[in-house]
Amino acid sequence: MSLQIRVRLRRGDFKLEVDTQWPAQGVTALFGRSGCGKTTLMRIIAGLEHVKGAQVRFADQCWQGDTQWLPVEKRRIGLVFQEGSLLPHLSVTGNLLYGYKRTPVALRRLQLDEVSAMLGLETLLSRPVDQLSGGQKQRVALGRALLCSPQLLLLDEPLAALDTQTKREIMPFLSRLAQDAGIPIVLITHAPDEVQRLADRVVFMRDGRIDEICSLQQALAKPDSPLFADEGPSSVLEGQLGPAEENSLRLFGEQGSQLRVHAPDQTASGPIRLRVLARDVSVALDDPARISIQNHLVVTIRQLHELPGNRVLLNTAMQDGQTLLIEITPWSAQQLGLATGQSVFALIKSVALMR
Amino acid sequence: MFELSAADWQAIQLTIKLCFLTTLILLAIATPLAWWLASGKSAMRVVVQAIVALPLVLPPTVLGFYLLLVLGPRGPVGSTLESLGFNHLAFSFEGILLASVLYSMPFAVQPLLEAFNNLGRRPVEVASSLGAGVVDRFFTVILPLCRGGFIVAATLSFAHTVGEFGVILMLGGSIPGETKVLSVLIYDHTEAMNYAAAHRLSLLLLVFSFLVLFVVYGMNRRFQVAKV
Repeated sequence: MSLQIRVRLRRGDFKLEVDTQWPAQGVTALFGRSGCGKTTLMRIIAGLEHVKGAQVRFADQCWQGDTQWLPVEKRRIGLVFQEGSLLPHLSVTGNLLYGYKRTPVALRRLQLDEVSAMLGLETLLSRPVDQLSGGQKQRVALGRALLCSPQLLLLDEPLAALDTQTKREIMPFLSRLAQDAGIPIVLITHAPDEVQRLADRVVFMRDGRIDEICSLQQALAKPDSPLFADEGPSSVLEGQLGPAEENSLRLFGEQGSQLRVHAPDQTASGPIRLRVLARDVSVALDDPARISIQNHLVVTIRQLHELPGNRVLLNTAMQDGQTLLIEITPWSAQQLGLATGQSVFALIKSVALMR
Repeated sequence: MFELSAADWQAIQLTIKLCFLTTLILLAIATPLAWWLASGKSAMRVVVQAIVALPLVLPPTVLGFYLLLVLGPRGPVGSTLESLGFNHLAFSFEGILLASVLYSMPFAVQPLLEAFNNLGRRPVEVASSLGAGVVDRFFTVILPLCRGGFIVAATLSFAHTVGEFGVILMLGGSIPGETKVLSVLIYDHTEAMNYAAAHRLSLLLLVFSFLVLFVVYGMNRRFQVAKV
């Protein structure tokens, strides 16, 4: 199953030239700066924009071809816009059920109570939509899209219009959606943080072209990845979260690469994603015993990169094969005599639970 | 004092029939036209918008004169109709109906255009992504959200047709039961120095027109499209 797009478009100064495909599963982030053509590309995929000569195929269906054109309402996609997309003359329930009612019974996979539980909408159902906060509106929009049981979910910067606090509230819902809904998602975003939390695959766009399509791990393996623009280099670790132990610490990951992490008590055991900022990791040649940092892992140095600003980035392999990036000064690297292939102790000062 | 003659009643009936049909036809034509006008800014749209607005600035006699030429027995439309076995449209109810539709067109298109511009594309895009087809979208999204625009368009079309005079006189003349509407009848009464009769009908129209405008402006205030 894949999503294939071919389009050439010129509008004044703006050029879009894309001929690509990616697997239609998991979360694909369409990442790029404002004005790079992400939204236009999404509108072409959705069928909101009819560009002559474009081709769009989803799995074995032709959505747009030389002579074919499947209108939006027949594509069975779920769309969530940046903001302002609830129908103001309907209540929350009216909005949620608008698409559900128009979905053939045989194709309905999700019910209202499931979706309201998943997105925490139970208390909002009877409210008029103009009495919702920005974050609540986006949750309703998400729920409404899900209730059409779409075969593809397109999220156009769904968090961009929200403040940081609201973003933090809504993120867990999006994560749950990405994991549990079983629907391929295309997430349009310019926020590296959202990519690291949600994406399995990244499509890098620039000036109307696609630079590269790669897995999240491949994208994070590049020392100059655009995903490091905000907070510097970081690694995303995936693994199982164990049951709660003493001191509210939980075990994460495989034997040999195991970490002890703080997680809220209600976090369920199971697969999660952690982010480790490279600058929050230190290196030691011996395992220090009397130190406040409790997470020590044996890692093998794969590569050393000089970064601008007098920094060195170590690309290291954990014992389970996952990549851990470590940022130190060139001076430390020299003092410790670090070299490719060497095994060292990575001291991880803090991690962030992503999902 | 307020006793209306049979001729007055006939004119009132005819006027209501004319206005009602004009409004119906106008809503059917102006809705897609205004939607198309609202959906882009091409040169073609500007031309069409200018043509639609022409009756606002043209003297009704000019419009009536050209319609008489075109629809009359020797005009292209009139003669074609006659050769097909129909009657030409000058001095007929169908003729003044067509004239009223053209004459009141801007009053139906403008409020709808404004309502559609206010609405924007987003609600319709949302509805289509949720599986609603064209007709479904019209009745479940556009109509309820642009209710005010539709009400204003309908009321103004109706009221403006009531106030039509020059075009009808030019094209329709003054045939009782066929083209003699209220405004024409008032003119006839006045010409015949029957001021009392003219006054009765004039006052009726004055009150009616005021009520219509009162309702329309009240609507405009109430139905500001809510954005969420």
